[in-house]
Amino acid sequence: MVRFIPNTGKQREEMLDFLGISSEEELFSDIPPSLLLQKPLDLPPARAESEVLAQLKAMSSKNAHAGEKVCFLGAGIYDHYIPAAVNHIALRQEFYTSYTPYQPELSQGTLQAIFEYQTMICELTGMDVSNASMYDGASAMAEAALMAGAATKKSRVLVSRAVHPETRRVLETYLPLQGLKLVEFGLKNGVSDIDDLASKMDDDTAAVLVQNPNFLGSLEDLAAVGDLAKTRKAMFIVSANPVALSILEPPASFGADIVVGEGQALGNPMNFGGPGFGFFAVTEKYMRKIPGRVVGKTVDRDGKTCYVLTLQAREQHIRREKATSNICSNQNLCVLMATVYLSLMGKKGLQEVAEQSMQKAHFARELLLSSGGFRPLSDAPFFNEFALLSEKPVAAINRVLLENGFIGGYDLSRDFPEFPGGWLVAVTEKRTREEIERFADCTRRVEA
Amino acid sequence: MANVLEGLLYTETHEWVKLEGSKARVGVTDFAQHAMGDVVYVELPEVGKKVSKGDDLCVVESVKGANEVYAPLSGEVAEVNSALEDSPELVNSDAYGSWLVVLEISDPSEANQLMGWEAYKKFLAETEKKEG
Amino acid sequence: MKRLEPVIFETSVPGRTGYSLPALDVPHVPAESLLPKEMLRKTAASLPEASEVDVVRHFTRLSQLNFALDEGFYPLGSCTMKYNPKMNEDAARFPGFAQAHPLQGEEVSQGALQLMYELAEMLAEITGMAGVSLQPAAGAHGELAGIMIIRAYHHSRGDSKRTKMLVPDTAHGTNPASSALAGYQVVEVKSDARGNVDLEALKEAMTDEVAGIMLTNPNTLGLFEENIAEMAEIVHSRGGLLYYDGANFNAILGKVRPGDMGFDVIHLNLHKSFSTPHGGGGPGSGPVGVAKDLLPFLPVPVISKRNDRYVFDCDRPLSIGKIRSFYGNFAVLVRAYAYILSMGADGLREAAHNAVLNANYLASRLKGSFLLPYDRTCKHEFVLSGKKQHDEKGVSTLDMAKALMDHGFHPPTIYFPLVVEEAMMIEPTETEGKETLDAFAEAMLAIAKEAEENPDSVKTAPHSTIVARLDETAAARKPVLRWRPAE
Repeated sequence: MVRFIPNTGKQREEMLDFLGISSEEELFSDIPPSLLLQKPLDLPPARAESEVLAQLKAMSSKNAHAGEKVCFLGAGIYDHYIPAAVNHIALRQEFYTSYTPYQPELSQGTLQAIFEYQTMICELTGMDVSNASMYDGASAMAEAALMAGAATKKSRVLVSRAVHPETRRVLETYLPLQGLKLVEFGLKNGVSDIDDLASKMDDDTAAVLVQNPNFLGSLEDLAAVGDLAKTRKAMFIVSANPVALSILEPPASFGADIVVGEGQALGNPMNFGGPGFGFFAVTEKYMRKIPGRVVGKTVDRDGKTCYVLTLQAREQHIRREKATSNICSNQNLCVLMATVYLSLMGKKGLQEVAEQSMQKAHFARELLLSSGGFRPLSDAPFFNEFALLSEKPVAAINRVLLENGFIGGYDLSRDFPEFPGGWLVAVTEKRTREEIERFADCTRRVEA
Repeated sequence: MANVLEGLLYTETHEWVKLEGSKARVGVTDFAQHAMGDVVYVELPEVGKKVSKGDDLCVVESVKGANEVYAPLSGEVAEVNSALEDSPELVNSDAYGSWLVVLEISDPSEANQLMGWEAYKKFLAETEKKEG
Repeated sequence: MKRLEPVIFETSVPGRTGYSLPALDVPHVPAESLLPKEMLRKTAASLPEASEVDVVRHFTRLSQLNFALDEGFYPLGSCTMKYNPKMNEDAARFPGFAQAHPLQGEEVSQGALQLMYELAEMLAEITGMAGVSLQPAAGAHGELAGIMIIRAYHHSRGDSKRTKMLVPDTAHGTNPASSALAGYQVVEVKSDARGNVDLEALKEAMTDEVAGIMLTNPNTLGLFEENIAEMAEIVHSRGGLLYYDGANFNAILGKVRPGDMGFDVIHLNLHKSFSTPHGGGGPGSGPVGVAKDLLPFLPVPVISKRNDRYVFDCDRPLSIGKIRSFYGNFAVLVRAYAYILSMGADGLREAAHNAVLNANYLASRLKGSFLLPYDRTCKHEFVLSGKKQHDEKGVSTLDMAKALMDHGFHPPTIYFPLVVEEAMMIEPTETEGKETLDAFAEAMLAIAKEAEENPDSVKTAPHSTIVARLDETAAARKPVLRWRPAE
């Protein structure tokens, strides 16, 4: 007996009797016999709950993790503190065991939470309209580029080399599907090279894509990029760090048409890279062009305020091959966690997370530079992550750090051969002065 | 039985056409608006868009779905009814008063292929019988 | 007593906080000296100001406005709302999984890589495919990856004339949408009177311009495509490939495998067949599996095993590339892995048996009162039509779906598939016992009777939910998509 299957043998016989058949095999007689499996699947034998959990615990303990090591690694996924209440709400069965809210009378909880989420994303990005989320920051950027191609009917998409390498790879996969050509523009001093961008823009440019803070941690000159995009009637698409948005002027102020980003930093664990969620927000002009689910406010028959999935004529289940995207789901539970997180942190708390991360990152950078083993990769302003050039091999530094209980920075030479010795360090509000000092100290002990 | 207006031309995909010299005013019929249900949005084409007879002209969205409106004649979009952007419900309340676009037509002879009002009425009666 | 809850912004009180952070322990430098003034935010984002108590109560109250699987029967067709084992939630939260960083390195992520490697191997065995990538984040994402693999395969052979994808008229909306996104022209193939794909129509449509066909088997009528072997032969003989949409895989777990049926590319929905929670609409996971000849095209990275170590294999020149960041929805993978370990081969087969038995039993109990357009042995789900009630009494399927809410059940999937008028698509899954099925059948029969005797009461349902029917027209005409303070 399997504990998730309630029917007893007796009940199964009663049902077979009702159907007037003698065996369950008869229910599979529509499958050509030659195709039916003749032997059991070759899988490990079924295990008891205690055994399964013990096995998974053992596997999990083979991984380093931010619960036992001090994490200075970011590169798109960040180790921010998650208040206990977030997980407790996420574990409410009413949220996690329900389906997509297609029946609004039975789904007001999920619908209203998404409506609140959409409001928060609009507030942070300065945009008019947010959808209910996408798979992740990278695919959100890809969908944004596709949307720009469809909206402008132009064929070139310019992407900054300082956009996350994973995102650029996803763009390379998605864009050719719709005949869009991806063109990269380069870097100067760790930020997008405006002259290079200007030289590559033409009237067939559908969109310009940048990330802020960029992958190297530096803050881009969004005003300059936005202005260039406008002069060529290209759409301006910004991938933003949502925590940083609490203290940075929102991309909307610089003329962004679409703002996307990875939302993991808002109350979601790192989960070895997933799930998090991608946020996606646009100006009002593009409201009916966006991919994905959207929740709107309305009233019921009695005039009560309530919420419902809306603008569904864009979506695949209605429009099939003419839909704005093939996406069906949103990362709803992750979005719920972000909404609870943002509600707890509130106006002031998120600013304080951002502020502390920024202060500690600047402190760490100074300390590392003064230790003598590093040169700055850039002197552009940065938020909570910065790139250095190391004289010692980055792999060796990270090895020593790991031995001393740290998860070290990202080896930039993996994606940027032009930066040998490049090392990307992230500092969140969780890091203490003592940890930062020990971290810097460890790097000194690495042999050249 | 859906309302059919005298003096207009019709397509089998339920667009109506009113010829005005070298121009053609185009909308969806009463039958179409009824079949679509509550219209929530009309996605109008850009002025200057060139279409051939039968091409996608614009989209009328209802709660139930998105409905393509096909160009009844070839030509270029000369005008769009932007009043529908804010008041899409006009398509429901006055299908023949709520034109969608005006086309500058390129081949007036194509109009001969459209149905007159009596032919369309007959066409509707047959359609309804079939779906009966 | 349940009541509606104001949005959290409305109950916000200036000065309240729901967080605590340690005091800053490094020297504070004014932000203005760290960043250029024009980059600093001028107006703070209007996030709520609430205490932890306020926030917890708010979201707890919101949660109580949902109907969920742990509360009762949720027979959504093609959604496989099976029970989500609690153990899975605990396992996914082990710090070694939840707090691992995706870029921390292979050497210190061996547990995570092992889990992904073994899960992929198990899914390959369960589906009869040669290899599986766990990267797609959802079913539709898996479809996109799968279609791209088909495209890459044809192109690698210098065959670029195939510009069309066949999709049956019973297909999920994601099938044509994914095909179109991948650049294919969608050609619909009709079904025959038994609810199978029409073989003659398939033969006619299957030209040398067709890249492949996307099939769900059992299809969305809940019926096994009886001619699958012939279909595979028709498609393969003309150079096309067969794509398997795994939405309905629960029906045939351990009974028959897509690989053995002749499918070349598949996707699975771990949030359907493998018990991971739907979460109100995600996150899901949509692994994609392929036959041997298509292995080189899988998304990168592929997890490989070399000398007892697990590694990311990125050096795959024919790969379609990356379709999302990192490796997939890893925490969802942990849950599916835990589920398969607890079920074993026999347990998965038992699941299919009970899912199919439950569906046939329920169909049989209901077919006297509702039309059953395709009356033959079904698999995990069946599709009723409310046409009789609609034509005779003016009671629509939507009305009856809403009436089910008053009986304490979630409605089935409605108005899908499109080939059945007034469709009600009912999937009970194996995690419901006979008592639940009987109670649901009684409710459906009571509604049929009510439609007969007192149609107006059904037409105005639901009567007991927190809100009555909503004005969806107003929502779409003048969209209000975010909260704003009252003027």
